[in-house]
Amino acid sequence: MSITYLDAIREAQARALAEDPRVFIYGQDVGAFGGAFKATRGLAQRFPGRVLDAPISEDAMLGLAVGAAIEGMRPIIEIQFADFSTVAFNQIVNQAATLHWRTNLPCPITIRLPCGGTSGGGPFHSQSLESLYAHYPGLVVLTPATVEDAYSMLLEAVALDDPVVFCEHKYLYYHLKAEQLPTEAMPVGRARLARAGRDMTLVAYSAMVHEALAVAEELASEGAEIEVVDLRSVKPLDTDTVVASVARTGRLLCVGEAWPWGGVTAEVIARVASEGFGLLDAPPQRLNAKDTPTPYHPNLWAAHRPTARSIAAAARNLLRT
Amino acid sequence: MVQSLPSPSTAGVTGSWQDAHTRAYRLMLLARILDDKFASLYRMGKIHGGVFLGRGQEALSVASGLALRKGDVFAPLIRDQAGRLAFGEPVLDAVRTYLGSALGPMRGRDGNVHRGWPKEGLLPMISHLGAMISVTNGVLLAHRFKGIAATVGVASVGDGGTSTGSFHEAVNQAAVEKLPLVVVVANNRYAYSTPNERQFACRSLLEKAAGYGISGETVDGTDLSACLKVVGRCVNRARAGGGPQMVIATFLRLCGHGEHDDAGYVDPAMKASLIGRDCLKVAEGQLLENHWADASRLEAWRLEALRAVEEAVAKVQREPAPNPYRQDWCALASRHLAEGCEPVEGAEK
Repeated sequence: MSITYLDAIREAQARALAEDPRVFIYGQDVGAFGGAFKATRGLAQRFPGRVLDAPISEDAMLGLAVGAAIEGMRPIIEIQFADFSTVAFNQIVNQAATLHWRTNLPCPITIRLPCGGTSGGGPFHSQSLESLYAHYPGLVVLTPATVEDAYSMLLEAVALDDPVVFCEHKYLYYHLKAEQLPTEAMPVGRARLARAGRDMTLVAYSAMVHEALAVAEELASEGAEIEVVDLRSVKPLDTDTVVASVARTGRLLCVGEAWPWGGVTAEVIARVASEGFGLLDAPPQRLNAKDTPTPYHPNLWAAHRPTARSIAAAARNLLRT
Repeated sequence: MVQSLPSPSTAGVTGSWQDAHTRAYRLMLLARILDDKFASLYRMGKIHGGVFLGRGQEALSVASGLALRKGDVFAPLIRDQAGRLAFGEPVLDAVRTYLGSALGPMRGRDGNVHRGWPKEGLLPMISHLGAMISVTNGVLLAHRFKGIAATVGVASVGDGGTSTGSFHEAVNQAAVEKLPLVVVVANNRYAYSTPNERQFACRSLLEKAAGYGISGETVDGTDLSACLKVVGRCVNRARAGGGPQMVIATFLRLCGHGEHDDAGYVDPAMKASLIGRDCLKVAEGQLLENHWADASRLEAWRLEALRAVEEAVAKVQREPAPNPYRQDWCALASRHLAEGCEPVEGAEK
């Protein structure tokens, strides 16, 4: 049996619906049609009345989720593309994210954002918005990179008493496969050592973990041992695991598919510089997408975001420093 | 500190019409006196931030609060002091929130009109207009999931709020889901300083209801009797399964947007016209005309309300302010995931 990242997301939702009557799914085309990416295929039939099509109203979708959460429900909101979540931005960052602070009530909402670039996606179907949401207090922001994490972290997201922005990478939907669903999992908030090494720490998350692993493999043939840390969760950010890795390697390269200004890679470097400056043998480096909207044509797109090739080049430079 | 809202109030307008009218008038009076006190405290520099009054909107607002009963949900807006009191919010909540008392429902974390008890159906507004309507929808949808029947949600909004995307999305959403939502639109002719002419181009805001496929009614917002009847009727229709309703009330805001605003932009002709009437005076006239009260009774009620407000203010002024060193600086319910959020001994929660 082979399970894709997308299957894992569907199975996690099926399990959440089966085990918890407070869970329901609300989003565009998620009902009988099964969602634009088929992440809810069959669920409306299996769980009648609990998988609801929404009008094209992202703001109202999230507002409704907050009201339902106040009443003790645990809504899962599918935003068709992460890019469209900006329409719901106000409800996410001002309503959902502030509710607990203001009122002491939990606000358990899982917001699924199909994110990241795919060939031909263009400016409005490619965005990675984890840094944007991580900036706001009151939100948990998850970026699973593996089939196992897609499953276990989505289940944990639904069980958490806070709004969770669940960034699932569209490129991984079909490209990533596992033999089976996990039976145990690392908790949310812990980073994972995806590959051990002693010469450099390569921090990545979401789809970039796989680019990073490819680079580590490639550079191994050149005699460099790269340690790869998969953040898994960008908020909270597991600084301890990153700093411990830098303590072993003395070098840090952080890679993210999102835009460069501020953001996750900048945060990682700021923390390492602040908490582990003396551990660094070379200036910490980062690699992000270019600071333009995401382009449409595959030639441009491949040059816009970090790839194994550009990461390898940055890694070689850092190893020479 | 966790408290709960005293059980709402009113269980709808019951008893005789005289009783309903009298009860409504006394709540309006209490709201007006409370608002006047906030204005006075503001001028004395005793209030942090702004003060936003319901002067002129009390008749409409009280009608919303009185039409609801325990188990219902109310999303008031900035000029809904009367409706809040009618729904069961204690005077102390308003005073504590305005003065930032650590013992208030928002514990100094939010202020003035941003207060509520969401679990008890009183939703604490955020400042973004139209945003509370879909939250009300969510509560009502949850009631449907949980098999709680015949509850109603009232969401307040102003003429300016009807121009927002949130308003459109949420009213359409309620219509699609056939939720028992009543949107009460207070058209007080100005959104801050912007007049209706620069806000919308339809002849009446009620035309919007038709666009969403829902019913609606207009009402003279200066006339308490009319407000009680129209809002009550719309709430009853929603409760009976008639789907979302829209009430469009017209009147004039008899104060600035906030107490910082002298409202010099308001057209004097409008002030002198029928929509510029003070709903509290109109309601008082209705009481006297029907011989439901006389001047000495009105004065006794006024003194009683004044005493309640003064007592609440005196009490809250002796209450502790929030202590930043005892604050639980943690924005997540999942404490284990909150970074830099150390447990504080004796934390104010």
